[in-house]
Amino acid sequence: MKVSASSRIFQGFNALIMTLVIFFTLYPFIYLIAQSFSSEAAVYAGKVSFYPVDFTALTYKVILSKPDFFRYYGNTLLYAAVGTLISVTATAVMAYPLSKEKLRLNKFFIPFVLFTMYFGGGLIPNYILVAKTLDMRDTIWALVIPGAISAFNVILMKTFFSSLPNELEESAKVDGLDVYGIFLRITLPLSKPIIATMVLFVVVGIWNSWFDASLYIQSKEKWPVALYLRQVIETAISPTEIGASSEQTTQIAATVKSAAMVLTSLPIICIYPFVQKYFVQGMMIGSVKG
Amino acid sequence: MEGSSKVFDVSPLWKHVRKEWKLYSFLVLPIIYFLIFKYAPMIGNVIAFRKYRGGPNFLGAEWVGLQYFKMFMKDPTFWRAFWNNIFLSASYLIVRFPLTLIFALLINEIRRLKLKKFVQTVSYLPHFISMVILAGMVKEMLAASGPINALLGKFGIEPISFISLPEWFPSIYISSGIWQGLGWGTILYLAAMTGINTELYEAARIDGASRFRLAWHVTIPGILPTIMTLLILDIGGIMGSNFEKVLLLYNPLTYETADVISTYVYRMGITGGNFSFATAVGLFEGVIGLILVTMANTISKKTTKSSLW
Repeated sequence: MKVSASSRIFQGFNALIMTLVIFFTLYPFIYLIAQSFSSEAAVYAGKVSFYPVDFTALTYKVILSKPDFFRYYGNTLLYAAVGTLISVTATAVMAYPLSKEKLRLNKFFIPFVLFTMYFGGGLIPNYILVAKTLDMRDTIWALVIPGAISAFNVILMKTFFSSLPNELEESAKVDGLDVYGIFLRITLPLSKPIIATMVLFVVVGIWNSWFDASLYIQSKEKWPVALYLRQVIETAISPTEIGASSEQTTQIAATVKSAAMVLTSLPIICIYPFVQKYFVQGMMIGSVKG
Repeated sequence: MEGSSKVFDVSPLWKHVRKEWKLYSFLVLPIIYFLIFKYAPMIGNVIAFRKYRGGPNFLGAEWVGLQYFKMFMKDPTFWRAFWNNIFLSASYLIVRFPLTLIFALLINEIRRLKLKKFVQTVSYLPHFISMVILAGMVKEMLAASGPINALLGKFGIEPISFISLPEWFPSIYISSGIWQGLGWGTILYLAAMTGINTELYEAARIDGASRFRLAWHVTIPGILPTIMTLLILDIGGIMGSNFEKVLLLYNPLTYETADVISTYVYRMGITGGNFSFATAVGLFEGVIGLILVTMANTISKKTTKSSLW
């Protein structure tokens, strides 16, 4: 195929745009990392832009020498593990029968699920239900139960289940498996890709969430790491509270926010490149109309 | 039913349920869950018309009619939040929608597959970052000693305290949204583009169509249903806003341009304890949202034959 001059110009222009997009996407991360490893004098003088100035890892040493950060991290891990187990199981169990066209009552159940995508209780009624009526305050359940099943995820799984070949289930039926056996031994093993996608959706969602915890979790020792991070960022936490000695305080005050942000986003950024294809897959399955 | 290959189950309903009870049994717990955690809060909206006196009774104590609606309709702070909300959502939509489409078209033009994958991977990344971190980043980037002010300083501009100036809030809201969502927003377009028949491109190329004309006459018509669906969703969501982001980025100094309906509801209800009042505002927003998405869907169905339901 011949490459015309205008095509070359276009490709060059396109490469330029892409480079700019990549630069602007990554720059905030680069800046945070650079700042978190710089000296306070350099930070306050606005000298940091692309790389650490007067390199020091003191802030990280101080943050990581206290158990606080690990405790909040641990809380988040617990919430993510329990929440994901509940959420993915419940979503699969609900989506399976909805994927069966022969079930006549689905005519009613599918709109019942879909409607919740377009209308919801809103902040206050949800808050009253969870905090006052069911009194889930200060427990893990307030974080993992109210959002366990989302209509979007149900439709996603339902679409995937519908795409599985019917013959396998039919032959399993001939072999004497009942509906529960078919679901556990045939359908679920075939659904690993969508389950992986769903697990990642839920894990990232819980990892990043802070708002529900700010509503329902009063005891600070039960906070997820994202909520703790919010406090670090918003309230200019006192360096001694983090565990800095008096001569370290100015250094910590200058870089604690960026260091905490780096530490909190690290797990997501590290696993992200390896799992992003599952997210994209999930989005595409979901976009096929249920 | 003659001529139809489908076998219709015409047995009475109870016989059908009895035959398929094992499959239906899967739905029992999830349906109870939906009733409690999705539908009960919807019904809980009645406290917009009833006085909620605290405690577990989420349906409120006594009817008060439209009292709370009249109250917020008279509150200039509500109207400020209302117009801020529409202005922020609409301007964000106007900026983001074409940019996302253009970015998707440009990604689609990248010939080297590895480069294409790399651009996609990098540009999706911000979507996975917690809103807390996004807000923290914005504040660090815009700080007095941060890189943006350092850059402005090179041109002799005095440091600007962006975060506490109301006139800057819409730009911060829009640009941080673009930063976080531009790449991710292209996924459905790119998926739709791979579905376009390659023969259409071949035929147009033989006719000597330029790259621009190919995009205009083949790619865009090919992804039009996707464009319309996303546009419907976006228009339906115009009464919504990025609640968490506004909550993390605004402050009393910027309420004038930054306060939106959801943050107003949050302050009135959760912070102020005026539950019934805040519910009335939230219900107003929810109903308008539902009406908007229904209207957008109907219009789209009539004009382009693509719709959500």
